[in-house]
Amino acid sequence: MFITLRYEVADMQAHATPAPPPSARPPLLEVRGLGKRFPVGGIFRRASVHALEDASFTLERGRIVALVGESGSGKSTTARLIARLVEPTAGEIVLNGQNVLRSEPRAASLAYRGAVQMIFQDPFASLNPVHTVGYHLSRPLAIHGKSRGGKDEQGAIEALLATVGLTPPAIYAEKFPHELSGGQRQRVAFARALAVDPAVMLADEPISMLDVSIRMGILNLMERLKEERGIAYLYITHDIASARYIADETIVMYAGRMVEGATGDELIGHPAHPYTQLLLSAVPDPRTPRRRQPRARAELPSLIDPPPGCPFANRCPHVMDVCRQTMPGVESIAAGHWVRCHLYGPGSSSANA
Amino acid sequence: MLASPLLDVQGLQVEYQTPGGVVRAVDGVSFQIRPGEVLGLAGESGSGKSTVAHAITRILHPPAVITGGEVHFRDRDVLAMSDTELANFRWREVSMVFQSAMNALNPVMTIGDQIADTIVAHEAVTRRDARERARELLDVVGIEARRLDAYPHQLSGGMRQRAVIAIALALNPPLMIMDEPTTALDVVVQQEILLQIEELKERFGFSILFITHDLSLLVEFSDRIAIMYAGQIVEMAPAQRVFDDPLHPYTVGLMNSFPALTGEKTRMSGIPGSPPDMRHPPSGCRFHDRCALVQPMHTRVVPLLREAKPGHFVACHLYDAMPGSAPAADVHHLALRGR
Repeated sequence: MFITLRYEVADMQAHATPAPPPSARPPLLEVRGLGKRFPVGGIFRRASVHALEDASFTLERGRIVALVGESGSGKSTTARLIARLVEPTAGEIVLNGQNVLRSEPRAASLAYRGAVQMIFQDPFASLNPVHTVGYHLSRPLAIHGKSRGGKDEQGAIEALLATVGLTPPAIYAEKFPHELSGGQRQRVAFARALAVDPAVMLADEPISMLDVSIRMGILNLMERLKEERGIAYLYITHDIASARYIADETIVMYAGRMVEGATGDELIGHPAHPYTQLLLSAVPDPRTPRRRQPRARAELPSLIDPPPGCPFANRCPHVMDVCRQTMPGVESIAAGHWVRCHLYGPGSSSANA
Repeated sequence: MLASPLLDVQGLQVEYQTPGGVVRAVDGVSFQIRPGEVLGLAGESGSGKSTVAHAITRILHPPAVITGGEVHFRDRDVLAMSDTELANFRWREVSMVFQSAMNALNPVMTIGDQIADTIVAHEAVTRRDARERARELLDVVGIEARRLDAYPHQLSGGMRQRAVIAIALALNPPLMIMDEPTTALDVVVQQEILLQIEELKERFGFSILFITHDLSLLVEFSDRIAIMYAGQIVEMAPAQRVFDDPLHPYTVGLMNSFPALTGEKTRMSGIPGSPPDMRHPPSGCRFHDRCALVQPMHTRVVPLLREAKPGHFVACHLYDAMPGSAPAADVHHLALRGR
């Protein structure tokens, strides 16, 4: 009946979850209680935008964690903090057991930048229009000492371009960004990140600016790099369906908070947080019959010195007194499925609201 | 189904005549919109979908020039209209909602004044009456009346887009053109606005030409869908048919380009290659260099849009030989093979 079923293409075996490594080894990347407040206001009024509060998650080698949320939810801030483009105001970033905010407090070391790379949303802005593709790739190779220049460098550049599917690589190396399509530019961005042989890639909406027909090519490239090189991704998106497609774990963010996390299937099949339920009801999906949920007000709360309590309280159809007073803690409701909501807190009876 | 069309576009052709050469952005586009109908026009960037909208309302500016075809609105020739006629035609007969509400609104005027301006410009009413109508219109699109004196920057993105829709509704036109009206918005807001538009459509009975790159949204929202590729319509059919039974390999590929929210996870391949450079469009079928089913003849001969199944039009050589008995299953299967 549905076209997807007709192709009978092999199931995505990539989603078969690898067993977590023995606990003796520290996780690849662990983020604990990460937060960022930006000061706003003048001399007499000190306020701050709470862009991100208390974000915690773990990223293992060869795994993909997706952050899903709307604009202003703090998902890009999370990536920028981990990339250390912006300095956090709270929390810890632990890479391979090393607490990097403590060991390199001022700025990220070369080693850290070599291990953690970022892919930006807009491939038209992330490449310099006056430099060739080859130059873009030569810089990280030189800075991180990955090639000895000359022929060695040329070989490395061509190998990178071939890896991301830009063939023949020698020709692409000579091109300027304006000669490439959006999808090709995004492949160059991946090649540039790969040049330093990173363990973690922070992909901030890597497909949202691309034409529909070439998006899957980029997602499949990410998946292939994960399989072949064991790269771990933080995949940031507003598209929960693409998160389900590619990620091992999906975390929903709202107003600077991580509110729910699970595998994509579990999250979509059994959304627990009222915000996740609202988000899912709004996603157009012709493959499922129309679901019309009672409307919630669409306005995000202000992030400037927000009141205590759950940020979703003023829109939530199940709001209780406690929601406006205290921030709910993280509750585990099924294997690998957690939620931050008073409906599921200790002593609550309405766990399936 | 066979009500006389509100808008009838035949063989529309638009060129961008630049010093670097002529780019034919729209090449022989034909479609009709019936009263009360939502026609979805889908395509990727550069497919010419927005240029079609601009041509219909004659708001193209050089170097873009309409070089061929006809546009009729209720039997009136839009391409022959004088400036005075156009001034009446626009907004009274056809209004427009564009993607970026921030750019569509004047930042130094209150939204109430902007709505009232539209009314005063077209109708012999007093300013006071126009403001009263503006208040009602805000209410209709779900903005509190006290926001009448708000400036655009004081409203959220969703509210601004509602204000733009209020302006488009101001003269109760029979046709609204919406060009990516919700693309810049978050999904929850998008859903709200679309529900609102649907309610308004029920209430006022206008038709919509809805332009977007988001096919999943279009399948839910429109009655019929036309798929554009490289300046041409390659497939046109009732919305659910385009989704359940796409005929053109490009449409099949598009349907395999966005993952499903639910159901079994299958590997999605998208479409190889990139949309063509319209300065040098491919010969013959413009999709041939990305098509898995290409034959030598397809690279030379341009396929025509024809009715392959009742009410289902497609421009593809695979359906040349067998009108009415199209090999749909094979196309679905084969178009995705070997990726």
